[in-house]
Amino acid sequence: MKQMKEILRRALIGAFWIGIWWAIALAVGLPKLLPGPGETALAFARLCGTDTFWRSVGFTLLRVAMGYLLAVAVGVLLAVGCHWVKGVDALLSPLRTVIRATPVSSFILLVWLWLKRAHVPVFISFLMVLPIIWTATQEALGAVDGDLKEMARMYRFSRWKKLRYLYAPSVRPAFMAACMTGLGFAWKSGIAAEVIALTPDSVGKHLSDAKNYLEYPDLFAWTLTVILLSMALEAGLKALARRRKEAGK
Amino acid sequence: MIILNRVSAGYPEKKVLENLSLTLPDTGAVALMAPSGYGKTTLLRVLAGLKAPETGEIKGLENKKISFLFQEDRLLPWLTAEKNVELVSNAEQAKYWLNQMEIPNGTQLPREMSGGMQRRAALARAMAFGGDVLLLDEPFKGLDEALRERIAGRIKNVFPLTVLSVHDLQEAELMGAAVLRLDVLGER
Repeated sequence: MKQMKEILRRALIGAFWIGIWWAIALAVGLPKLLPGPGETALAFARLCGTDTFWRSVGFTLLRVAMGYLLAVAVGVLLAVGCHWVKGVDALLSPLRTVIRATPVSSFILLVWLWLKRAHVPVFISFLMVLPIIWTATQEALGAVDGDLKEMARMYRFSRWKKLRYLYAPSVRPAFMAACMTGLGFAWKSGIAAEVIALTPDSVGKHLSDAKNYLEYPDLFAWTLTVILLSMALEAGLKALARRRKEAGK
Repeated sequence: MIILNRVSAGYPEKKVLENLSLTLPDTGAVALMAPSGYGKTTLLRVLAGLKAPETGEIKGLENKKISFLFQEDRLLPWLTAEKNVELVSNAEQAKYWLNQMEIPNGTQLPREMSGGMQRRAALARAMAFGGDVLLLDEPFKGLDEALRERIAGRIKNVFPLTVLSVHDLQEAELMGAAVLRLDVLGER
């Protein structure tokens, strides 16, 4: 009953915003420039029936996932290195500051000259997620309870035991939160990179084409695709985290 | 014998132990007694090797395995009592010592246990770890009198040497320990 109420509540909120969108589109009266929910749904349905759509979605997902997973792995390694070796931290922290401060568009335009078009979104997703994972994991490692570390030393925990039973559970909440935040960043920056680099077989390229040819219903439909995929990825990661948490209990 | 020779230790803002000299036997039980702030915990930490003395020397602890019940329970909050004890020993020892500490159901997480139960689980871990010297910092904290008696009867004479900090003579008597008053030793 409670779950039904929640579903109904969400559906009503969704309907409210779709209603606002519909009203604005109706008031403007230019469905080619500002398509309403109906035109967008039709364009979306049409796109779903084409091979191009699924190939583009598949390759975009693959590129973003590659950049994201690489960033998670490298971010954890850098966090561990910086936590245990202060010299590494001093050496690499300016790099992290630069990555965080530089606008994503600057990076896209820079690497566009050096990398293949298909590789630009991978690299950009990697670059945007890296400092998020790196910082969160390093901070969480620094915040591991000193009393518990001392206990582990006293009871002669092996390195593996320390990692498995002390560090991993201590770091996990901050790490998972960073993974969740990073996923959104990877997705948005990866698609932005595809738009600018005009990566073949990509959602970004289709967004760019739709804008250039003033196919606004298609533009809205591709944007809807991006939103739906982002929501699905986030829900997937949340479910994975929940399962991990339950398995750890 | 364990010999402490003019040992000083403490914190930047306060030196707690100053030129403390004492000798501990290889076997038996010694209870450290003193009002708060006289360095019972600091001395136990020095003996455990967790705190290096600023001056002085300690002899007789080389190559000895030391088990330490901290002043705080320091159980891993994401593991059950059983798993916490198992981590420092094995499943059989864990079960045995949890039973001795009257925790038959070791499947609870620390947050699901009362303060007294958490203390006993931490004590079970220290006992299961084994070794030559057992250091206990306020082992009976949070336990009622009847439980103190039962627990003391089960943990005394298990390790060759037990050094514990206590608040009253009765706790020392329960452990059959010789009393060492820190407030009349050393220079303050």
